[in-house]
Amino acid sequence: MAERQFCTFFVDGHYVGIDVVEVQEVIRYQEMTHVPLASPEISGLINLRGQIVTALDLRRRFGMPDRPEGQLPMNVVVRTAEGSVSLLVDEIGDVLDVDDRTFERPPETLDPATRRLVKGAYKLDGKLLLVLETERAVGLAA
Amino acid sequence: MNELDEVVSEFVVESYENLDQLDRDLLALEDDPDNRAVLGSVFRTIHTVKGTCGFLGYGKLEAIAHVGENLLSKLRDGALRLTPEMADALLALSDAVRAILGEIERKGAEGDVDYTQLKETLARLNDGTEAFESAAPETDTPVETPVETPVETPRLGEMLVAENMATEDQVTEAVSRQLLGDERKIGQILVEESGMPATTVAAALEKQHEGRGSVADSSVRVDVRLLDNLMTLVGELVLARNQVVQLVSDQDDATLLATSQRLSLITTELQESAMKTRMQPIGNVWSKFPRIIRDLASVCEKSVRVEMEGEETELDKTIIESIKDPLTHLVRNSVDHGIEPREVRTSMGKSPEGRLLLRAFHEGGQVIIEISDDGAGLSPEKIRAKAVERGMLTTEAAARLGERDLAQLIFEPGFSTADKITNVSGRGVGMDVVRTNIERIGGTVDVSSAPGEGTTFRIKIPLTLAIIPALIVTAGPERFAIPQISLLELVRLDGAEARAAIEHLHGTPVYRLRGNLLPLVHLHEQLELERLKDDDVINIVVLRADDRSFGLVVEGVSDSAEIVVKPLGNHFKGLSTFAGATILGDGRVALILDVMGLAQQSNVISETRDRSLSDLSDRAETEASNTTTALLFRTPDDGRMALPLALVDRLEEVALSSIERTGESEVVQYRGDILPLLRLSTVLPERRLVARHEGEDTTPDMLQVVVVRHGDRRVGLIVDQILDIVDQPNDLEPAGRAGVAGTVVIGDRVTEVIDLPAVLLLAGLTERSLETAGV
Repeated sequence: MAERQFCTFFVDGHYVGIDVVEVQEVIRYQEMTHVPLASPEISGLINLRGQIVTALDLRRRFGMPDRPEGQLPMNVVVRTAEGSVSLLVDEIGDVLDVDDRTFERPPETLDPATRRLVKGAYKLDGKLLLVLETERAVGLAA
Repeated sequence: MNELDEVVSEFVVESYENLDQLDRDLLALEDDPDNRAVLGSVFRTIHTVKGTCGFLGYGKLEAIAHVGENLLSKLRDGALRLTPEMADALLALSDAVRAILGEIERKGAEGDVDYTQLKETLARLNDGTEAFESAAPETDTPVETPVETPVETPRLGEMLVAENMATEDQVTEAVSRQLLGDERKIGQILVEESGMPATTVAAALEKQHEGRGSVADSSVRVDVRLLDNLMTLVGELVLARNQVVQLVSDQDDATLLATSQRLSLITTELQESAMKTRMQPIGNVWSKFPRIIRDLASVCEKSVRVEMEGEETELDKTIIESIKDPLTHLVRNSVDHGIEPREVRTSMGKSPEGRLLLRAFHEGGQVIIEISDDGAGLSPEKIRAKAVERGMLTTEAAARLGERDLAQLIFEPGFSTADKITNVSGRGVGMDVVRTNIERIGGTVDVSSAPGEGTTFRIKIPLTLAIIPALIVTAGPERFAIPQISLLELVRLDGAEARAAIEHLHGTPVYRLRGNLLPLVHLHEQLELERLKDDDVINIVVLRADDRSFGLVVEGVSDSAEIVVKPLGNHFKGLSTFAGATILGDGRVALILDVMGLAQQSNVISETRDRSLSDLSDRAETEASNTTTALLFRTPDDGRMALPLALVDRLEEVALSSIERTGESEVVQYRGDILPLLRLSTVLPERRLVARHEGEDTTPDMLQVVVVRHGDRRVGLIVDQILDIVDQPNDLEPAGRAGVAGTVVIGDRVTEVIDLPAVLLLAGLTERSLETAGV
């Protein structure tokens, strides 16, 4: 009986999750330092207790419209091969236990840009939980 | 890592250190073959290696060390005297041991290189002298019972006996216990078994250590990663401190203020101490050079003496690591190209033995390393010819380059003046890599050379990379840090001054900084930022990128701070304008500007590598092909002459009455010196003299004098009238008169261009030797 825990959050109405083992912490909005000339997905740099962490806007990463003015994003800090990276999301959800049997690969018809960034979806009661392909989501080059 | 692995890796590390010592000792022995202390040290090193690898089961290594030990034991006992051949063999032994250790380190096994020949050589050297030895005992045995009686360190037991603290029996018993496997130390055994007072042993131990001058006991071996980690933590502490200090500055609580000041002080001290732990003397790198130089010199059949000054100068470990290769390269170059073979040196009246001097010292927060040799020096002709041959410069451009600029060409990729390619150097790779590597750590390298006298390379490097002083500037809403090392000065212009000060050359903004045009770069434009305010104040941060300077226009200059450099992640790989990021006192992140990158992006300096070259040739080109600014004046016969303005120091008016005579020549007192005066009419062809005589009575009371500089002396040329400053075309018609370089048409009139060195020579004001050095 394989169960996994997911840290969940919302991005432009989509319900997205990351395996909790990949998540370092979740923090509220932090002041950011804008990096001129960097790619638009990069929102800036935040000071996470003395560590400088790059913040990526998941909305822009998915090609979704920008957050409405005045709505502050939350930081989901994930551990990656290149150190910590913060993903900016709209709102934080619960930590969910999900059953591996409800997992399905993303449908072929999904927009290819989005498809690259998700591993698949868990079919929950009444909604779908998209599972983020974290390494790809944080790696701009890939 | 299991326990055995740990033992092995410790053995490897320790042996490497011992081998370095061994190399040094062997070289010292070559100069002083009878030094017993050094012989003892060499013997012990090999003996230790042999013993340990026997224990660890490295048979091959043991066998090699064994033959070496045989030879060394004879040397130590005075049965043999060190010959150069032996020294070679022993150094080869040291290399072999190193090679096997390398194999062990990588693969855990000794590898299968065959060292039979080396063993035979060592054995032959050992046996070859047996005939001379009358009282030589069995040569196989002495090594089996290692006689470890170091010359300089008395053994603890012996000391105790000598001081009547212990009987010989007690010590013998303790030693035999040790031999039977008791792992305790002699002192411990004596205290525990023979009831000796522990204080006696402790006192003796201390005495023993004094004799040894033991650095080893007062230091610990620490993993570098641990130190790096410590440095990171201290860096963070510095940041936290900066934040606390900033917060507290708004408070009125005196106790809090005092406490935060104390915190600040302690942090600074801690930071310095932590930095010191990473500091290593440059001697660590240098210590390998005598061996390299010795080997190289014998290949090239040269004699080279190495001298070192300031080995104790300390640098950050990471910097030491990154300058190791460039330094080695420069040293090899000096031996291979710089220092001449013995015969050449003798024929030039130099001592047959070349001298290579390594110097290191602190200067203005930086470390300077100099590598100088007393060899042939760089040949400007060769460099010139090579540069033309390689198509880097045109013949004219090359001819115009000064020796200093020429010398810099050796740092260009693919440049080598070596006549033949040796297996040591001359392939033309290297010097550019040397420069690249040094610049990578924020250093610079420079070369100066005097033909026939030698070459000096001068490397300037920062002390440490981790924490640097920086200037904080603003552009738009953001703050940026600029490393102080690139900072030359700050210029602030207000109001009307500001509007007038910035001029445009083809749309490119420039500022006249003390007469020189300084290209300006607007930071907000480079970073595509919005300007917050558009007021009348202009802040120019004058920066140096390589040997160019440019002005960075920023919106505000806020502060200077010690910043901890943190690298930017992979997300910013393509951005050359930022060198990293840091956290400022208010806890916010600021980007560190990469001055080099910024200069490149804004085209202040073009293509990284071609830059200095094209710069040089551009400069030479303008001089060569276009025009020279020249001073135009009238001669007594109403002729016109021109003199390159670069040679003119000042224009003066001198009262006729103030002219004095010394012997044949006219002089005038000028700025505390005596200025010799020269009437062109007296040195140039007679036809002018005639004209001169006719107009004698029109001589004014005030003479117009052009003060020219030649070498380090000034001469005043008396001219009739100074007319203008003009652009004089450089292609002259040959004139064929002494003192005239040629003729040229300026403003519809034929004008003669003065050949100043020749004129001065004609007037007897310079020595012939100076003539060539002139313009």
